[in-house]
Amino acid sequence: MNGFFAVYYREMMILRCRFLKMIASMAVSPFLYLIAFGYAMGKSVTIHGHTYMEFLIPGLVAMSSMNRAFVIGSEINISRFYWHIFEEFQAAPISNISYVLGETLGGITRAFLSVGIIIGLGLLFGVMIDYWNIMFWVAVFLNSFVFSSLAVGMAMMVRSHADQAMFTNFVITPMAFLGGTFFPVSRLPVWAQKIILLLPLTHASNAIRAASFGNPVDMFSYVILLGTGLVFFLIAVKVVSMARD
Amino acid sequence: MIRIEKLNKVYGHSHVLKDVSLHVREGEMFAYLGPNGAGKTTTIRILTGLTRLSSGDAWLNGFHVERETLAAKRQCGVVFQAINLDSELTVFENLTIHGLLFHMPLKERKQRINELVDYVGLSDKLNVAVSRLSGGLKRRLTIIRALMHSPRILFLDEPTVGLDASIRRRIWALMKKIQKNGTTIFLTTHYIEEAEFLAERVAFIDEGRVVAVDSPQALISRQGEWAIDLMMNDNIRSRYFRTKEEAKQYAEQQEDSFSFRRVNLEDAFLSLTGKKVK
Repeated sequence: MNGFFAVYYREMMILRCRFLKMIASMAVSPFLYLIAFGYAMGKSVTIHGHTYMEFLIPGLVAMSSMNRAFVIGSEINISRFYWHIFEEFQAAPISNISYVLGETLGGITRAFLSVGIIIGLGLLFGVMIDYWNIMFWVAVFLNSFVFSSLAVGMAMMVRSHADQAMFTNFVITPMAFLGGTFFPVSRLPVWAQKIILLLPLTHASNAIRAASFGNPVDMFSYVILLGTGLVFFLIAVKVVSMARD
Repeated sequence: MIRIEKLNKVYGHSHVLKDVSLHVREGEMFAYLGPNGAGKTTTIRILTGLTRLSSGDAWLNGFHVERETLAAKRQCGVVFQAINLDSELTVFENLTIHGLLFHMPLKERKQRINELVDYVGLSDKLNVAVSRLSGGLKRRLTIIRALMHSPRILFLDEPTVGLDASIRRRIWALMKKIQKNGTTIFLTTHYIEEAEFLAERVAFIDEGRVVAVDSPQALISRQGEWAIDLMMNDNIRSRYFRTKEEAKQYAEQQEDSFSFRRVNLEDAFLSLTGKKVK
């Protein structure tokens, strides 16, 4: 199991090398969303007694932690298909679970960094919500765990970097827009709500939003996120062997 | 030290390795010579746990590569054909990651890094990003990285491909030095002179089948000692002779242009397979 630290250490060293570039790129999209949707369009909009900006920030936290956790899959693909660094891990005496744990933690760390940036931007726009609520951070962690595990599993199964990009286009991007990020899911038709509730991001958005507004949290969302995360994690452990040809 | 018995690898309809059997002795420098696509890299990938075998068996220092994968992996270091270093990270960081992957404690890791960078003259580059190193230094770094955990066996997959002649010779010297310290070396190459200069024994592999295993000298002398290459209608035909005198006598009778040289491993490979190594 202790081989996971080597994998995580490498991810952290890479992160340190690219820190400023990564921070800047993590800040661009949320900043534009806050300007366009929060400041310009949503100025006079209130949802459930909160300004649109207050509504938007938890959604962006959910979306950004999902995106950034999922990016670990692209990083693995690049190191696997272009730099062949993955071979170094394959030739090392470490178990599949160590490898997946190291990479998953790498994805979670990136996700937490992106959340820190959104909180910073939110404060810049004068939005004060309950960032100190422990359930807010538990939901962020579980959301990152779900998508980081999914990304690691996907990275092991795909045969090229393009396959991973296609999955992002067809699954992650639609989820980012439909998973309760920019609008309340309750405004959609009931049949659509039922479908959208199958998405883990919807549960993450709901949980993060409830916690950041100081409302009672729905433990069902946490259970769904934990369960989905564990399933994806176990699948990822299983499919690491698929990367052997 | 390395034992391979009836090893087969099949990808779909392509039979890449066909009943390969080899035995590499402890402390030996063993070259695996064949043209591109012959199955050299596949053999190394199976032995190092990167590729599954289809049938047969292989052991590294007594550990089966499929049934005792982690223990077998601890026995060996691998230098891959591609330079697979983290170019953004420093020499020290690349070596540290390898040490952590092989569960080396902090003190031992630091001591080993210092020893190895001294060994190959990289001490002043310890904190330099790999992207700033030359091709030859990167290759040396991949070799010492594979030695970090003091493996009993070192696999080198085409370690000098793409390097210029002078750097290649420095890498050869390094490999000799590593072997002197007791490490068993399994080297794949398609450079004839590399196998001739370095290896104590050579295996020829062609289309997934091992066609001969012996010392370079024994393989060469199967053909003779001297060769005459005759230019015949845009084609080169070689004739082999036991002595220089026999070769000279033959040459004097020829009307076509010819060249006179010593027999090498390429000739041995050519006569066994009907094709050249490169």
